Amino acid sequence: MTRVVVLGAGIVGAACARELTAAGCAVTVVERARPAAATTAHGEGNILVSDKEPGPELELARLSLRLWPRLLEALPDPEAVEWEAKGGIVVATTPEGAAALRAFAAGQRAAGITAAELDAAAFADAEPHAVKDVAAAVHYPEDAQVQPAAAATALLGAAVRAGAVLRTGCEVTGAVTRKGRITGVRTTGGTVGADAVVNAAGPWSGEVAARLGVRLDVRPRRGEVLVTAPLPPTVFHKVYDADYVGAVGSGEAGLQASAVVESTRAGTVLIGSTRRRAGFNDRIRPGVLSVLAARALRLFPSLAGVPVMRAYGGFRPYVADHLPVIGPDPELAGLWHATGHEGAGIGLSAGTAAVLRDLMLGREPEIDAAPFRVDRPAVRPEGRAA
Amino acid sequence: MTRRVVVVGAGPAGLGAAAGALRAGAAVTLLDAAENPGGQYHRMLPGAFAAADPGRLHHGWRGFERLRDHVLGHARCDWWPESAVWAVERPDRGVPHVHVLRGEADGAGRARHVLVPDALVLAPGAHDRVLPFPGWELPGVHTAGAAQALVKGERLVIGDSVLIAGTGPFLLPVAASLLDAGAAVHGVLEANTASTVARGWGRRPWELPAESGKAGELAGYLGLLARRRVPYRTGRAVVEARGDGRVEEAVTARLRPDWSVVPGTERTIAVDALCVTHGFSPRLELPVAAGCALRDGAFTEVDADQRTSVPGVHAAGEITGIAGAQAARTEGLLAGWIAGGGAPDAPEAVRTRRSRDRARAFAARLAAAHPIGAAWPGWLRPETVVCRCEETTYGALLSAGGDPSRNSAHAVRLGTRAGLGPCQGRICGPTVAELLPDAGGNPHHRPVAQPIRLGELAQPPVENPIENTDRKESAR
Ligand SMILES: Cc1cc2nc3c(=O)[nH]c(=O)nc-3n(C[C@H](O)[C@H](O)[C@H](O)COP(=O)(O)OP(=O)(O)OC[C@H]3O[C@@H](n4cnc5c(N)ncnc54)[C@H](O)[C@@H]3O)c2cc1C
Ligand SMILES: Cc1cc2nc3c(=O)[nH]c(=O)nc-3n(C[C@H](O)[C@H](O)[C@H](O)COP(=O)(O)OP(=O)(O)OC[C@H]3O[C@@H](n4cnc5c(N)ncnc54)[C@H](O)[C@@H]3O)c2cc1C
Repeated sequence: MTRVVVLGAGIVGAACARELTAAGCAVTVVERARPAAATTAHGEGNILVSDKEPGPELELARLSLRLWPRLLEALPDPEAVEWEAKGGIVVATTPEGAAALRAFAAGQRAAGITAAELDAAAFADAEPHAVKDVAAAVHYPEDAQVQPAAAATALLGAAVRAGAVLRTGCEVTGAVTRKGRITGVRTTGGTVGADAVVNAAGPWSGEVAARLGVRLDVRPRRGEVLVTAPLPPTVFHKVYDADYVGAVGSGEAGLQASAVVESTRAGTVLIGSTRRRAGFNDRIRPGVLSVLAARALRLFPSLAGVPVMRAYGGFRPYVADHLPVIGPDPELAGLWHATGHEGAGIGLSAGTAAVLRDLMLGREPEIDAAPFRVDRPAVRPEGRAA
Repeated sequence: MTRRVVVVGAGPAGLGAAAGALRAGAAVTLLDAAENPGGQYHRMLPGAFAAADPGRLHHGWRGFERLRDHVLGHARCDWWPESAVWAVERPDRGVPHVHVLRGEADGAGRARHVLVPDALVLAPGAHDRVLPFPGWELPGVHTAGAAQALVKGERLVIGDSVLIAGTGPFLLPVAASLLDAGAAVHGVLEANTASTVARGWGRRPWELPAESGKAGELAGYLGLLARRRVPYRTGRAVVEARGDGRVEEAVTARLRPDWSVVPGTERTIAVDALCVTHGFSPRLELPVAAGCALRDGAFTEVDADQRTSVPGVHAAGEITGIAGAQAARTEGLLAGWIAGGGAPDAPEAVRTRRSRDRARAFAARLAAAHPIGAAWPGWLRPETVVCRCEETTYGALLSAGGDPSRNSAHAVRLGTRAGLGPCQGRICGPTVAELLPDAGGNPHHRPVAQPIRLGELAQPPVENPIENTDRKESAR
């Protein structure tokens, strides 16, 4: 039986562990902290096609959308994952925004996505508490959501029940290699032997790659989310701002904020999210939260009196060309990567695991995996040493 | 240039800190979310004290009034009532910035302010800690602090037959103020056994004379209970509350030193209210947001001069240890003096440090006499509610924590919703952390320290208002 060690118990590691265990591999998941405690517990659970332009990421998203219902069906308690196929509505509030949104939606329709423009009355009907004065609104019925930590731990639980071994509190420190091949990983809990190693360490996968002796340009991109007190039903779809606009005057490096407003099963409303470069600095910036609140109020002015109870943030695993990294490492035989999903890893985890499994077993993946390969310039810049 | 010190919290510690900083020559901005200064101390006085021992305790009250009047009337002090600190921001360099919402909490449109001090004193105090037990969520079961507030603020008698239970010396002033308000107190139950209490108080007896004032205060309360024929029992606890829609009966039981129930000792008594307290949970979200190191994960770590691990940030009062109002005030005086630029070796600093050390020794004694027994989860049943906001049960927590693929604080919280309700885990957070010791996480991580409305958050802040020259006027 092929022994696979998966590094990281976030949603990507969990999905890969489940898929590889089901395919007959002997899987060990090595996690330095605890399951779903890092990025996976610090974002939102949107599973979107609406924000993806036609191309490889959209194909991976569509594959994932096909796989999610099957994954959920096989779980003992699918309800716990809080899957909701509620659909999304993208809203533009300016004429330029509206033109760009219409052009974007037309491209997606050509690629087979359902994207229906709503007139003002239809939008007011769909979201009675939202701003009335919109320049354009497009409905994407395929958009869905999950509770990300529940989804990750459910997939991990499925892997463990099928025989995978979970080792928490165990940090990867280096590789064991023989004749140019990785044969195991060194960890703070001893050496774990492997025929194959999957690097699914999220925003830390660049650092983990370096420890294993290879280069991988994955970086953190900070994002914050606001959580309101529970409300009676107020927001019915996922409602997004069409444009990520630079927030002038916030004094933050490269801050972008584009509101995604959605309600959760518990009645709280989540308002995401910002994007900024802050390294792994996890200090909350009130000025950044303020910009996010202002964006959300443009979509839902009626929420002005609603209390924010909590704010949290995480680090999206980011690659310069905005595509995930899925495949074998050409420089170290036996090492694989499944990372770099930026702000879409929850949704894309299902498709990523399936593609990785097929590549590892030498099968043809359902979608073209070449765009996600490891030896592309954005992931492996020339002339930079590990 | 005058040093600007911001003091968060105007309880005994914060008032002390303001006085200390003023004495050192600094300009002080003193903030509290409440309308009046005094913190918990104000809330319980003077009723409780008057009832127990008017002479001695009124002396303490007058001391408090003098301190308050001195601080609020001082020309270099700016008093900001109804000013909630909702965030503490760590800049790349320098002292943390203090984000404040000013105005009535339920009024419309509080203004957002950002204070940029030369030094910061954190004195946000503590709130009651209550351990769960079956039926604790029934109406009529109060925390000691809530009972106190009802009696004091609304002059309500909370019941005709009240049982007070839990652990700690604070059971006594609670009993006193309920008696003062006219309630019939059925009894006071201290969960620790007589030998635990005696051993704790008996530690290092040579230190006791120095704290005789404190001990005398407690003796005064015990005397009051005796005069009113209210029994004080040790080694007994309320392990269940029952009733149809509100508490009607309490089940009490004898406890072993580890708080496990001695089988067969259960008694059922009719009550119409129950007050429970198991000590205090320090409010640690502000020190945690400021980046301050904690001591054993439970209190803010401070050095001999009340400095935290973050330069320019000082801490005083119950966030550094539970030792009562007098200790809080003394710590505050020292913290404020140092924050205000006072010399650490000035005679008053030396004196204050000495009485602070005595107070700390007293606190250690308290903690030893009234520990929380490790076997308390034995009182729980699978259906017992642990998080009252979200109605998460003990059974739900155990099944999440018992599954290695789910046992992480984040996944447990999101999966069971424990700690995600309006109180944001202030009540159940320490309890959940004790029930699931391997789940990790920091129960005090709460970067939004007070709820802030979206509309308030979206507004830009009023620019650094402590730069105003006309400070005294702008505070009005
Ligand atoms: C604000 C915000 C909003 C988001 N919203 C969405 C959304 O709506 N929809 C969506 O699909 N995605 C969203 N995302 C993105 C999504 O959260 C991530 O893409 C996804 O969680 C990444 O999962 P992961 O498993 O790769 O990483 P992680 O969850 O970070 O898991 C990696 C694991 O590796 C472990 N690890 C690291 N180093 C080591 C080591 N040396 N040894 C052992 N273990 C190690 C870590 O402890 C961690 O548990 C959002 C992200 C943010 C920050
Ligand atoms: C029922 C009861 C009985 C007691 N009996 C006695 C007794 O007999 N003898 C004795 O010595 N002690 C007694 N105490 C304890 C005594 O009251 C405390 O030791 C003392 O008040 C602690 O002082 P502090 O300044 O640390 O905190 P607190 O008194 O709690 O003051 C903290 C202040 O900070 C404010 N605050 C907190 N967070 C924020 C924020 N984010 N923004 C703005 N403001 C904030 C609060 O509003 C509060 O006013 C009793 C306490 C209780 C509850």
